Amino acid sequence: MSAAETSAGRGAAPEARRGSGTTLDRRTVASGFLFGCGIAASMIDLFIFHLGLQWHHFYDLSTTQVALTADGFFHAFGWFITIWGLFLLADVRRRTEVVWKRWTGAVIAGVGFFQLFDGVVDHKVLRIHQVRYGVDLLPYDIAWIGSAVLLLMIGVLILWRTRPTGVTD
Amino acid sequence: MRDHDHSSGHSGAGHGPVLGTEAWGWALFDAVVVLALVTAAVGYAACLWAARGRSPWPVRRTVAWYAGLVCAGARLLGPVAAAAHTSFTAHMLGHLLLGMLAPLLLVLGAPVTLILRAVPVARARSLTRLLRSRYVRIITHPMVAAVLNAGGLWVLYSTELYQLMHTSALIHGLVHAHIFLAGYLFTASLVGVDPDPHRASVPVRSAVLIAFIAAHPILAKWLYAHPPAGVEVTDGQAGAQLMYYGGDAVDVVLIVLLFAGWYSATRPKSVADSPSGPQSTRDLQVDREH
Repeated sequence: MSAAETSAGRGAAPEARRGSGTTLDRRTVASGFLFGCGIAASMIDLFIFHLGLQWHHFYDLSTTQVALTADGFFHAFGWFITIWGLFLLADVRRRTEVVWKRWTGAVIAGVGFFQLFDGVVDHKVLRIHQVRYGVDLLPYDIAWIGSAVLLLMIGVLILWRTRPTGVTD
Repeated sequence: MRDHDHSSGHSGAGHGPVLGTEAWGWALFDAVVVLALVTAAVGYAACLWAARGRSPWPVRRTVAWYAGLVCAGARLLGPVAAAAHTSFTAHMLGHLLLGMLAPLLLVLGAPVTLILRAVPVARARSLTRLLRSRYVRIITHPMVAAVLNAGGLWVLYSTELYQLMHTSALIHGLVHAHIFLAGYLFTASLVGVDPDPHRASVPVRSAVLIAFIAAHPILAKWLYAHPPAGVEVTDGQAGAQLMYYGGDAVDVVLIVLLFAGWYSATRPKSVADSPSGPQSTRDLQVDREH
């Protein structure tokens, strides 16, 4: 991710121009990972849990100042990295063929990573909100964190199987 | 409709009937707004006319400029303006129009570029000299512009300014001028299409934009719990939610424009360097057109 950060600013554009396969591969993975984290942060939570199931809401008024601030930054990062990921994808696409399977693996890993982060840091450490209110939380937490770990493992497995094989042009 | 507010007892005028002076103040406010909007509309058209001999001006910029003026006008005159005096939700809708949408559209209208095309070279030079000055450099830094923009909102909603604004035409005018100008500066510093000799790097602009987007929901949720003095709870909550979701929509547009700028700035030129002759010439031509 740090490689992608510098390249967004100034760095890797000339490298990529020379057709460096490593840079473009790294950018494909970064794109998928950012997009995966982004849709997990800004869409899955909003569409499924806020609007669909209505398990937790816009705001419950009991949130502390720290949690409120942290939530604001998660929210901002969510949109930012979703769009960042898509622009990186567009950038890879205009330079070379996108390895879609690898990109998909990175997206799944990104979703899993964010759900795990959300489940552990937001729900348990900062206690911004819980998965659901008025129920025994344990099964929900196990399902949430377990599914996140599963997704992360599937994503990493796909990334491993689609890794570039030594020679790149 | 504005007379309604005078019952709140604010008396700034020493002479004559308070109501008369206040009404006169509001009329003056409307007049200044109309004058500013007409000047902006006619000025843009005059510049288009003066630069008609040059390369064609993209229609989307003209459309963006006039749409921006409509948004600003919709906030300051007419039904939204009237409702905003009593309803916090309407006030927030107006804020989205005047502080976010109108500045964004006006920035996309590229007024500085248009003026530079329209005026004689000597005057264009003095304008660019002004744009390079230290003062402009400071206030167009994204960090400064973000503080002016978000800081102004915090002050407005967390102090008595919000109530005061509805009783004095002068304060009303100053607050709205600040909201609009800070919104314009902020938008231009992040995604401006006009020439900007001090444009901050993409990482700096990204960091400022993320912090600003984070401040939005934080302020919205804070307002949800603490509506400004004199605002009904339900009205305050509806307004705060509008701020949360409406602000998001405009924020997403800002992120897209920021990355779109990066995307076109890092356009690969490799094809032009490659041995395939005819294709390289064609790409060079495309590059020159942009």
